[in-house]
Amino acid sequence: MQRVMASALFRPLTSKWGMQKRWVDGAPMEALASKFIKPNDRLNSFERLEIYNRQYWFRVLDCLYDDYPGLRAVVGERRFMKMATAYLTQYPSDSFTLRDLGNRLEQFLRAEPHWSAPREELALDMVRFEWAQVVAFDGPAHPPLTPDDILDTPPSKLQLRLQPYLTLLELNFAVDDFLIAIKKRESDVLRGEASNAMNSAPKAAVVRKRVRYPKREKVHLAVHRHDNLLYYKRLDQEAFAILTSLSRGITVEDACLEAVTASKRTDVDWSAEIKSWFDAWSALGWFCRTP
Amino acid sequence: MPANAFNGFTEYGIGIGLRVPHYRHILAKKPVVDWFEIISENFMVDGGRPLEVLDTILEQYRVVQHGVASYFGSADKFDREHLKRLKRLVKYTNTPWLSDHLCWGSVDGRYTHDLLPMPYTFAVARHTAEKIRFARDYLEVPICVENVSSYAEYHASEMTEWEFLSEVVEQADCGILLDVNNIYVSSQNHNFDPYEYLNNVPHHRVGQIHIAGHSKFEKYTLDTHDHPVLDPVWKMYAHAIQRVGNTATLLEWDDRIPSFEEVHHEALKANEFRDTQLATTAS
Repeated sequence: MQRVMASALFRPLTSKWGMQKRWVDGAPMEALASKFIKPNDRLNSFERLEIYNRQYWFRVLDCLYDDYPGLRAVVGERRFMKMATAYLTQYPSDSFTLRDLGNRLEQFLRAEPHWSAPREELALDMVRFEWAQVVAFDGPAHPPLTPDDILDTPPSKLQLRLQPYLTLLELNFAVDDFLIAIKKRESDVLRGEASNAMNSAPKAAVVRKRVRYPKREKVHLAVHRHDNLLYYKRLDQEAFAILTSLSRGITVEDACLEAVTASKRTDVDWSAEIKSWFDAWSALGWFCRTP
Repeated sequence: MPANAFNGFTEYGIGIGLRVPHYRHILAKKPVVDWFEIISENFMVDGGRPLEVLDTILEQYRVVQHGVASYFGSADKFDREHLKRLKRLVKYTNTPWLSDHLCWGSVDGRYTHDLLPMPYTFAVARHTAEKIRFARDYLEVPICVENVSSYAEYHASEMTEWEFLSEVVEQADCGILLDVNNIYVSSQNHNFDPYEYLNNVPHHRVGQIHIAGHSKFEKYTLDTHDHPVLDPVWKMYAHAIQRVGNTATLLEWDDRIPSFEEVHHEALKANEFRDTQLATTAS
């Protein structure tokens, strides 16, 4: 019974926010619902099941709507709701927490780029950026490294582990600036928590002033938190390369050497530059001990 | 009931739910509140701001955990990751009891994120009670199960909801989080007398009470938690207090959340009903 009912709840609503009239085999939905749900003096079995079908979709669509304002701006409000419905139909929630609802959005958009056409790349950049923020908000943190921890290890042997809440992103668009502009025009929306009722359709199709799409440009970004507040920090290409190498377990010496060798910049005091980067990253607590 | 085995022998008074829009006010003003109820799943995270807020709250307030995703009634086995994280949080908060809903909500590892009603059968009661016992033994904390509001009934049911609730808690030897508003909502949707429900649950097992607002529509009533508590629910609350005694009570307000003061003021109205009823009982 639970499998049948859950399958009914996971089926998308009609364009008028109602339950589909036909089951997957083409049989009337009313017939299926009446097999396990009693009617009462005001509602038939279909209508009673429909309350739960609607609540499910209102809840999960509302959640994605709130958590992915950037992706919503890229694909457009109405299309976002259709895309989110297709995504959740293919990937129903596999986690006890709604936090993880968008954990396969990038995978979905890569497999079905038509949802974000003609801005496929921008959408992918944005969804990676927004998921990185979910991770940075409440992802795990390990104790940061102290100078004493690495005092006796030469750079040729020193490997530095990065905090798990830190995500490094190489992007083709300045989605950080774009998202800031988007958020400026949006007010905070609060989500219900313990109530199991959703009594209105999701917040789709709200007309808002359009923010100009970002132009193509290479951006290297670290999404992280400091003092439990969320930040995005732009990085020089070489700094990004060093951090990426470190995250792959390459030693500090090799990571720096690779980054400097690959750099096209010539008029740089690399030792001073690299020292200032490492000082900043250490101060931000990005390097951590292995648990 | 007042202090009993199902609420860790505590007498907690009137609490309110800890909600994000009130964080700033609570952390800055440190208002006097008997206790806060937290949604367990909101804090079953690995780090960051949620745990920082929780730390600060725990320094100054009594906290009780209320879950929304244990799904004691799901046919699935427990989600081990969920249980492990829940246990970690139980140790962290030192909650004197833990509550979650008498419902199902996941199938084959897929989550509805809803609190779905169960068919009231003896087989389902036995299965659910086994899961509650397992959770209690694993988590090492008393458990109270909450009656949910519902909009559907099943042909398969063999008993009333209150008989099912009683069957489950007796078999599981656990407590009840008696949600008076949910009883009212379900009574409107399923045409039963809510006082018959209140009168026929094992009162000695009630460890906590919930009150909340709801919304009436033409053909059904929804448990929306976005209003003050309505009169019929206050009357039922007074009756419940008369039956079960001075019990830890919590106001739920989860949507269209007003200021902290307004929510707290609404919650404290429970004191008036409680005092009146207890005085009546004493005389």
